[in-house]
Amino acid sequence: MARADRPAVGPAPERPRAPLSPPVPDGGGAEPVDGGARRPVAPAPAPKGAGGVVPAGRRTDTPPIPVRTTAPFRKAHAMTDGFFQPDPDGRFPGADGYFGAFGGMFIPEALRAAVEEVAVEYEKAKADPAFAAELNDLLVNYTGRPSALTEVPRFAEHAGGARVFLKREDLNHTGSHKINNVLGQALLTRRMGKTRVIAETGAGQHGVATATACALFGLECVIYMGEVDTERQALNVARMRMLGAEVVPVASGSRTLKDAINEAFRDWVANVDRTHYLFGTVAGPHPFPAMVRDFHRVIGVEARRQILERVGRLPDAVAACVGGGSNAIGLFHAFLPDTGVRLVGLEAAGHGVASGKHAATLTAGEPGILHGSRSYVLQDDEGQITEPHSISAGLDYPGIGPEHAWLKDTGRGEYRPVTDAEAMEALRLLSRTEGIIPAIESAHALAGALEVGRELGPEGLVLVNLSGRGDKDMDTAARWFGLYGDTAEAVGGPADLAADASTDPADPAAPGNGSERASEEGSA
Amino acid sequence: MSTVETPGAGGATGTTGTAELLSAVLAGAAAEDRAALIGYFPAGFPTVEDGIRAAVAMAEGGCDVLEIGLPHSDPVLDGPVIQTADDIALRGGLRIADVLRTIREVHAATGVPVLCMTYWNPVDRYGPERFAAELAAAGGAGCILPDLPVEESEVWRKAAARHGLATVFVVAPSSRDARLATITAAGSGFVYAASLMGVTGTRESVGAEARELVDRVRGVTELPVCVGLGVSTAAHAAEVAGYADGVIVGSAFVKLLLPAADAEGVPGAPVNTVEAVSRVRELAEDLAAGVRRR
Repeated sequence: MARADRPAVGPAPERPRAPLSPPVPDGGGAEPVDGGARRPVAPAPAPKGAGGVVPAGRRTDTPPIPVRTTAPFRKAHAMTDGFFQPDPDGRFPGADGYFGAFGGMFIPEALRAAVEEVAVEYEKAKADPAFAAELNDLLVNYTGRPSALTEVPRFAEHAGGARVFLKREDLNHTGSHKINNVLGQALLTRRMGKTRVIAETGAGQHGVATATACALFGLECVIYMGEVDTERQALNVARMRMLGAEVVPVASGSRTLKDAINEAFRDWVANVDRTHYLFGTVAGPHPFPAMVRDFHRVIGVEARRQILERVGRLPDAVAACVGGGSNAIGLFHAFLPDTGVRLVGLEAAGHGVASGKHAATLTAGEPGILHGSRSYVLQDDEGQITEPHSISAGLDYPGIGPEHAWLKDTGRGEYRPVTDAEAMEALRLLSRTEGIIPAIESAHALAGALEVGRELGPEGLVLVNLSGRGDKDMDTAARWFGLYGDTAEAVGGPADLAADASTDPADPAAPGNGSERASEEGSA
Repeated sequence: MSTVETPGAGGATGTTGTAELLSAVLAGAAAEDRAALIGYFPAGFPTVEDGIRAAVAMAEGGCDVLEIGLPHSDPVLDGPVIQTADDIALRGGLRIADVLRTIREVHAATGVPVLCMTYWNPVDRYGPERFAAELAAAGGAGCILPDLPVEESEVWRKAAARHGLATVFVVAPSSRDARLATITAAGSGFVYAASLMGVTGTRESVGAEARELVDRVRGVTELPVCVGLGVSTAAHAAEVAGYADGVIVGSAFVKLLLPAADAEGVPGAPVNTVEAVSRVRELAEDLAAGVRRR
């Protein structure tokens, strides 16, 4: 194996990147089918020494935990390399952290040094083959990458006959895409010599992933979570505590994700010497939007390769839910140069955009500053951030990552609202037709895919990021669909599903049109 | 630093801010061989009128300079006391016009220089030029915007300079020397030195980090250096006055008008604002004695 000197990043050649602007020309048949152009990634360099890669930051005050012997796995796997694939282009953001007019570092001076340290350390890590090797190993042997690509034909019958594939991030260890970023930042935490990790969480998926990585690396872990969310995602609170994390319910403001982030920033200012803020989405000050994107970029890299292998062509559209935007950017980014592929982000429209009770930041927000960067935010006319609403705790956020704001403004990305009711219907539909219960967050993407599929028709091909599994949402779903109690019946009989399938795409009440079905159908 | 010295350049309103008064007051305190006392109070808390009364009482009790807070929905640099006060003010329907009126009336009633302290998004959204013009017209002395880094501050600083307003930057113990030089070169009025790594709120003591930071700031600027975060008693004030040009106190004043239970999020019995305002005045008197005991 004389390849140990090969750069660890970007092993699969990426084609030259098209400019993002002017926005999407009709890429119809212009894009060559290049499945063969992408060679399978090369086998990993074998780790030196017998021990393989051992996290040096592991606890030493407890009985030694048996160390993973990574080398045998690495021989068994054709691809333990190439999973950490940071942006090979690197033009955006610039050194100042801007994606066009969005991004930057709007942070108090007390955090400046810490944030700059993260930026410097991440740049070093990105160039360090040992970092990539260790992260790749974790992504394969701990997370379970690559995640599957599943075609869902019975679900797709309700999407105008278009073919629909799901990128199964729900099958990752911990049950969502969040683990991709968390493992990367946990390695970074260890490189920086910090021993304490804090994080915010909405649905609890980032909190669970962070608590998991902290258990794995022997790091102290404190998770901030809005009180509203600790109640509606109680299962994840228990999981975090089981993993040894301290969960701090946040009672200020709207008591949701935004307030959890405020509280985490306060903690960080006071404890910055030994603490890393393991930020969970592609928002926040530079370098978080770019770094978190890079850690999730593997989603799209894999999905692109998988769909070319399976179908022989690129999808017409890729769809993902957007709260802060991490799973969406992770899927979208590898498709940015493929100008024939539409990038569709689905925002939480709550009770409907017109109701004012929503979290549709790109649909209804305006540029402003929240949590360290300039992007779109939900705000009033005097710059006060307004309280969002979504049935989905993970999307219940009045901001959005700056790269999404830029994709919207350049026209490369399109962002649509999906109401609570539409998302819940899509959750039921996927459960009943395919035996996959999605997270409510991901159900927003599914509802959007139904709409996009109907627009594309039978020739269409849609790839959806199934960012998380729905176990955590069963209480909410049970209340919504009336599943508790002796008289509860299975939801959604064949007649209901047939009715869904016949939905006219032009119907203003069809999914994605920001209808107010949630309020009509009453609260859960 | 020289950007504010343009009297008569008050822009469309024809009025100029009081940055020069701020500098003169700080110089006056130095001439008396004492530190200046700077008090913070958020506008609109518990109501606009009571907020004005409290701020006036602070000046009457001995504050040389006042900072009026423009409350924000997401005050990430503030602890629970000021966040709760901000929430109460915003729930009461506070608007920027009310903040400007507070500044105007407090300045008119007391003659002390009055700064506005807030976060960048409200100013950015309102329009930096418009905000600067209206703040100057209200008799304001300048602005403190702790989440606006110097790299992003040019638009604001130009507007502030046009309207005779100071731009006070915050520095922290973690700021490196080169950065201190960059920040203080762009700032005016004074330098706000955060005494410790943390958010606003009262603390048992003011750390030794503050003194070292002040020394480092003095190495790069002639601007007065004032210390804030955690100062709540006359003894703290006297200690800080031993090495700083000014002592900044906020949460200790705000607490006096906050129903005790409200800090926990549960509405407590409303405070008697007349009594509370007189306690605000007494605290200012205590602190004013403290800054003279250097």
